[in-house]
Amino acid sequence: MDHLDDLENQSIFILREAYKNFKNLAMLWSIGKDSTVMVWLARKAFFGECPIPLVHIDTSYKIPAMIEYRDRVAKEWGLNLVVGQNKKALDEGMNHEMGRMVCCEALKTQGLQQVMEAKGYTGLILGIRRDEEGTRAKERYFSPRDKNFEWNFKDQPPELWDQFKTTFKEGTHIRIHPILHWTELNVWEYIQREKIPIIDLYFANKEGRRYRSLGCAPCTGSIESNAKNVDEIVYELKHNITTAERSGRAQDQEDTYAMQKLRAKGYM
Amino acid sequence: MNDNGNVPNISGRQMRLVIVGHVDHGKSTLVGRLLSDTGSLPEGKLDFIKEICERQGKAFEFAFLLDALEEEQDQGITIDTSQIFFKTQKRHYVIIDAPGHKEFLKNMVTGAADAESALLLIDAYEGVQEQSRRHGYILKLLGLTQVAVVVNKMDLVGYDPEVFFKIKSEYTAFLDSIGVTADDFIPVSAKLGVNIAKRENEMPWYKGPTVLEMLDRFEEKAPPSHLPFRFPVQDVYKFDARRIIAGRVESGRLKVGDHLTFSPSNKKGVVKSIEAWSVPKQPTEAHASQSIGFTLDEQIFVERGDIASLVEELPIVSTTFDVNLFWMGKRHLEKGRTYTLKLTTQEVPCEVVQFKKVINASTLETLLDQDFLAKNDVAELTLKTRKPVGFDLFGSIATTGRFVLVDEYDVCGGGIITTYAPANIEDKLRDEVRYRNFNWVQSGIKSEERAYRNGHRAVFLLISGASGVGKADLAQHLEEKLFKLNFQSYLLDRRNVRLGVSYDIIEGDPEFFDGETVRRFGEVSKLFLDAGHVVISTSNSFNKDQDADIRLLAQPHPVVDILISDDPNSTGKADIALSLEEAKNQVEAANKIYHYLKDQKILTGHNYSI
Repeated sequence: MDHLDDLENQSIFILREAYKNFKNLAMLWSIGKDSTVMVWLARKAFFGECPIPLVHIDTSYKIPAMIEYRDRVAKEWGLNLVVGQNKKALDEGMNHEMGRMVCCEALKTQGLQQVMEAKGYTGLILGIRRDEEGTRAKERYFSPRDKNFEWNFKDQPPELWDQFKTTFKEGTHIRIHPILHWTELNVWEYIQREKIPIIDLYFANKEGRRYRSLGCAPCTGSIESNAKNVDEIVYELKHNITTAERSGRAQDQEDTYAMQKLRAKGYM
Repeated sequence: MNDNGNVPNISGRQMRLVIVGHVDHGKSTLVGRLLSDTGSLPEGKLDFIKEICERQGKAFEFAFLLDALEEEQDQGITIDTSQIFFKTQKRHYVIIDAPGHKEFLKNMVTGAADAESALLLIDAYEGVQEQSRRHGYILKLLGLTQVAVVVNKMDLVGYDPEVFFKIKSEYTAFLDSIGVTADDFIPVSAKLGVNIAKRENEMPWYKGPTVLEMLDRFEEKAPPSHLPFRFPVQDVYKFDARRIIAGRVESGRLKVGDHLTFSPSNKKGVVKSIEAWSVPKQPTEAHASQSIGFTLDEQIFVERGDIASLVEELPIVSTTFDVNLFWMGKRHLEKGRTYTLKLTTQEVPCEVVQFKKVINASTLETLLDQDFLAKNDVAELTLKTRKPVGFDLFGSIATTGRFVLVDEYDVCGGGIITTYAPANIEDKLRDEVRYRNFNWVQSGIKSEERAYRNGHRAVFLLISGASGVGKADLAQHLEEKLFKLNFQSYLLDRRNVRLGVSYDIIEGDPEFFDGETVRRFGEVSKLFLDAGHVVISTSNSFNKDQDADIRLLAQPHPVVDILISDDPNSTGKADIALSLEEAKNQVEAANKIYHYLKDQKILTGHNYSI
């Protein structure tokens, strides 16, 4: 047993708790490495199946290769894919030039709200991790959201001995975070061990640049790197990286408390 | 701000550490100092925070490294548990930065419940405070045994050894009284970095370890694979031809071919396979902490909440047990209210039977005659669950000996099961039935074969009602009717058992008399049921407790309740209700019972397959 087994066992336990406790459950799949690992973990938890539908919020600004990868993997793995999009906001011309936080909230948060409402999901599984940024570090495995999707980070339920909050008032929903305790390196080491097919935007191109975190094309920057495959990324993370994982994500940098403000309103 | 000072890029296992103590005793400062002194901050992080401080016009503090939330910086207190990573030369650590503010006890508990070791901070200047004691007590209830006490802010008291030793002796006395031994007491200044990573000259009188040296002495907690096997069923999957029982091994080991017992349902099965997806090799074994799935060689009905164990190492099953509990609910824990007990994957309604001792967790003062438990306090109390639950004592197997209580929608209490004595008759009988069923010498003839030959399954028909309503006559008529239809019916009169099997019991000792005669009657019935008969008996309706005992002893055979009564309040619970008028016509009444048994597929008729 190594540390990856420990992480995997805990995530599987949480996924199974979610599946048992929520009748109407969905998993958010951003196409990035974290949520793809999460889908893989679900297939481990359910012995090859993924009985939970996957929701992808398409802002229409995603890097095109992401959509191609999404559809290919969904087909290969037999996934039940639900694509959500805030069409009204897009028709009205929403884009990042109207303000990154405004754009994120409209296309991602509201896009998600629309799918949740339409499908009546009461549980939503997300692949966020505590080490990504400060507000995510404060999260619970089972994190309640009120009617307006708002997150009351000041009054969170206690979590002890893997007993989670699974009962709640009507109209609210629970966000479940099965890989909250993983780190960026853990995710890559696991991809390496399990040979999980990951989108190649993470690997260095001919110009010596790669994406470390994926998002919308206009707001996601690449980093300088020569890591061309998973092994080289693992090596790079262990030895050469001193910057933060999301430093290429423009919305985080928008103001000092950008993430906290976005997440309190229901951002992922 | 794009991260909170984490250095995520570490490989390998991390020791989980929690830092607790009274508000403002310097927890966040200590964490900031540990990060800084072990070189665990990302490049530019320290400067970034210093720059923010300057912009906001306040002096830099190490604590700001952690306070990623706007709110926290405003209030100067850490609101919630966050995880922070650092490493020493020996190993990696993840710190769960638990807050000290009283309002946030539930956050402290969340952080500490998962930790392997703890540092408890006491301010040298303020001394032992309310939460120093409360947190000490809760660490004990959470089962944390590796605890070092850090006496902080020694710079404020001029590094005076007297101050340090006074706090040490006061707090040691407190820990002694709750049965905790601290691994060490360390005098430090987190702000100035004294005795954290390195030893300075300020306290030549102190010869013990620095904080980092202390941490490296803590031992990693191994999963309890050496204990008896416990596997709480999480779910049962049937995505394909396999019927997979899924869950996590909480303790012990499992291998293919093991004979399992499920508690509290008392079902049995043999492990046919251990299932896994995308693994190099199909596993044949599993051990503690693994989330697995297995199949059984026979399809038995097992559900979430059942605890699988080996036949020879059963957990306890009961409805009543003693616990130590801490309460975090906004409203008091009270008698007469129903809570949900969540223990492993079991969820059962429960009530407080008795408050044995309510304790103010900060002063350890016993609150005499108080029969409620207020927020942030602890108590020794007796719980009673509505259905039997399977568990172990916390001292034997921690993972199956602890639970939470849910009040309405919220987890409000956490507890450990301290003692269980089969005090009431029901508990004693349940233990007897479990022992008997697991050790019963099985006949070579299966119960299905007997049922096929007899044209019916074994069943216990219990006719009850007030005296004089005609129970005995109906019982006799029913026996004859079934006999004439070639079924194996037998009227087991209590008086007959009393005259023979229980002849030695002397009347006049009511408790022994009632309990023991009922037990013997139940065991005799069980023999007839084992032989495959339709056993008919009568009972007075006021003997409800006895009926429950007989029901328990008849397991796993069904008991059908036939109640003769005109009281609509009581007839609702019976399987078959007969009015006094109906019972007078024995032919019709027996017919009604006969049709019920046919509908329930208990009487299947001869030469029918079942």
